[in-house]
Amino acid sequence: MKKYILKRLLMMVLTLFIVATLTFFLMKMIPGSPLGNTMKLTKAQQLAVEKQYGLNKPVWQQYLAYMGGVLHGNFGMSYQYNSTSVASLIGHRVGPSVLISFQALVLGVVVGIVLGCVGALNKGTWADAASSTLAVIGISFPSFILAILLQYYLGFKLGWFPVANWNGFPSTILPTVALSAVPMAQVSRFVRTEMVEVLNSDYILLAKAKGLSVAQVVFHHALKNSIIPALTLIGPLAVTLITGSMVVENIFSVPGIGELFINSVLSNDYPVIMGLTMFYCLLLCGILLLTDVVYGLVDPRILSKEKGEH
Amino acid sequence: MTEDVLTIKHLSVDFQTLEGTVHAVRDVTLKLHPGEVLALVGESGSGKSVTTKTVMQLLPKNAKVVSGSVEYDGRDLLKLPEKELQNLRGNELAEIFQDPMTALDPTMRVGKQIMEPLLQHQDLTKDEARQKALAIMEKVGIVNAKERFRNFPYQFSGGMRQRIVIAMALICHPKVLIADEPTTALDVTIQSQILALIKQLKDELGTAVIFITHDLGVVAGIADRVAVMYAGRILEFGTVNDIFYHPQHPYTVGLLKSTPTMDMNEGDLESIPGTTPNLIDPPVGDPFANRNRHALNIDFEKMPPFFKVSDTHYAATWLLDKQAPKVHLTDKLEQRREHYAKLAEREAQADD
Repeated sequence: MKKYILKRLLMMVLTLFIVATLTFFLMKMIPGSPLGNTMKLTKAQQLAVEKQYGLNKPVWQQYLAYMGGVLHGNFGMSYQYNSTSVASLIGHRVGPSVLISFQALVLGVVVGIVLGCVGALNKGTWADAASSTLAVIGISFPSFILAILLQYYLGFKLGWFPVANWNGFPSTILPTVALSAVPMAQVSRFVRTEMVEVLNSDYILLAKAKGLSVAQVVFHHALKNSIIPALTLIGPLAVTLITGSMVVENIFSVPGIGELFINSVLSNDYPVIMGLTMFYCLLLCGILLLTDVVYGLVDPRILSKEKGEH
Repeated sequence: MTEDVLTIKHLSVDFQTLEGTVHAVRDVTLKLHPGEVLALVGESGSGKSVTTKTVMQLLPKNAKVVSGSVEYDGRDLLKLPEKELQNLRGNELAEIFQDPMTALDPTMRVGKQIMEPLLQHQDLTKDEARQKALAIMEKVGIVNAKERFRNFPYQFSGGMRQRIVIAMALICHPKVLIADEPTTALDVTIQSQILALIKQLKDELGTAVIFITHDLGVVAGIADRVAVMYAGRILEFGTVNDIFYHPQHPYTVGLLKSTPTMDMNEGDLESIPGTTPNLIDPPVGDPFANRNRHALNIDFEKMPPFFKVSDTHYAATWLLDKQAPKVHLTDKLEQRREHYAKLAEREAQADD
């Protein structure tokens, strides 16, 4: 297990390096300049600024300089926010984003599992149909539309929740709900399909033959076996949450990294783009690793294959 | 004779399917004596498993008991509330399934799975249950039970898994054990080990067993009595000797003739022509009539009642009626029996 995690961590470093390199060169191909409205600056001023930030050197030299800095833990300074390091910028902004994404993931997964179970246990009834309908809506509705609808009806019309601004738990509710729709829908479909199959398996019949009640059969045997495939979803779901959160954060004015990312791309703030890209990449690799470890803990057969004993 | 442990009376079970209503079990009456092994024999789809699943009340949702009763301990199992059935299942009525590869929960340690019925039905601490589980694991032949207790099912072979399933079924010392083709999915050497194990344990615990199989070789080895099922009906029942040496129903004879033996030449093995009837629209008379060379006209019109052959032996075939022509069904079987006798004699001489 330790060896497996170590191997994965090394792979992560390699992935980060490749992502950083590709992003760096792609980013340099984006038209525009971090100087913003260049018309207002004289040629000499432009050159001076470019020289200050090392932008006058060839791209490969800039690349080496940047990567050298990264190796020493220096991710550079933001162009946009005066004399703020990228690290502290992300550090200050990461809290709200992680909070709403995490809340959305937990809410989505829990509600998804419940809906999936309800559907499977009442297969073919109105409850199953209702849970399926909810799932289809969740998958096909873009999160930003849902965000706007929630904002307008629950926030503006009914006034139950804050419309925007970042001020304590109540202001996290609407963004969380908007973001949780996709995980909820996908998890519920997965769990339902799997549980229908599991409920038809021999070991469930055997569990009933042991004299267990329906609830015991579901909680002790069916649930764990039905959730396993849904666990593989958490990785891809994290991606949807991250991209989804960029838009949703903007709608609810959440001061998170999603909003920061969009602003940095719009203003060619190279160090921030690089820093955030690598941060997202690290986050994703970490989540995928965590998912695999949890997968192994829930289903012992996976770990044994890694160890090569079977 | 002491009272029967289990009495199935005039049981009929239907299944609702897209093609129509399947009459899977039709008017089945069976008695299980204490401590005996009753073999339920018949080909796939003859209603063996449906009958026993009805006893356990573990039928799928699309099944419906149309009529009949299953009496156990003075009560009709078909009328018991679910809560009381749960108290009986795994406790007094236990079942072993056909395929040990799929019968265990893949994500739960086997020890915990074996303890489950104990913790469910008996007032024990976890530790006491653990001790009992370890004891029965050793009894069913799992070496190193203490270490194996924490293993998962994938770490066991098929034969070992079936031993675990047997341990689970017997841990509460049930009065009735239903063994639904427990050896079909295993290879032959393991088969005989598992059979010997079931036999040994049921003798020790005094459990009565309903043993479902389509393998007559297995029946000869384990059963006291045999009931032959075909197309949802029981056609003949009797002791092992009755069925093997004096079969009366043409279907029983056909089954026996189509059982291979070690010293057979190619082409000796007979098969029964035709296929089983469609149970959505089952035949009115003897369901085997259309495949029966000796079928009488009445076979197609009226289901024969059980004719008494001896105190222990009954068969539902019109051939046993006084007016029926005498038909000799068992030439080949008699030849075979003589052949065995000669073999046994020769062996006896060789031993001297």
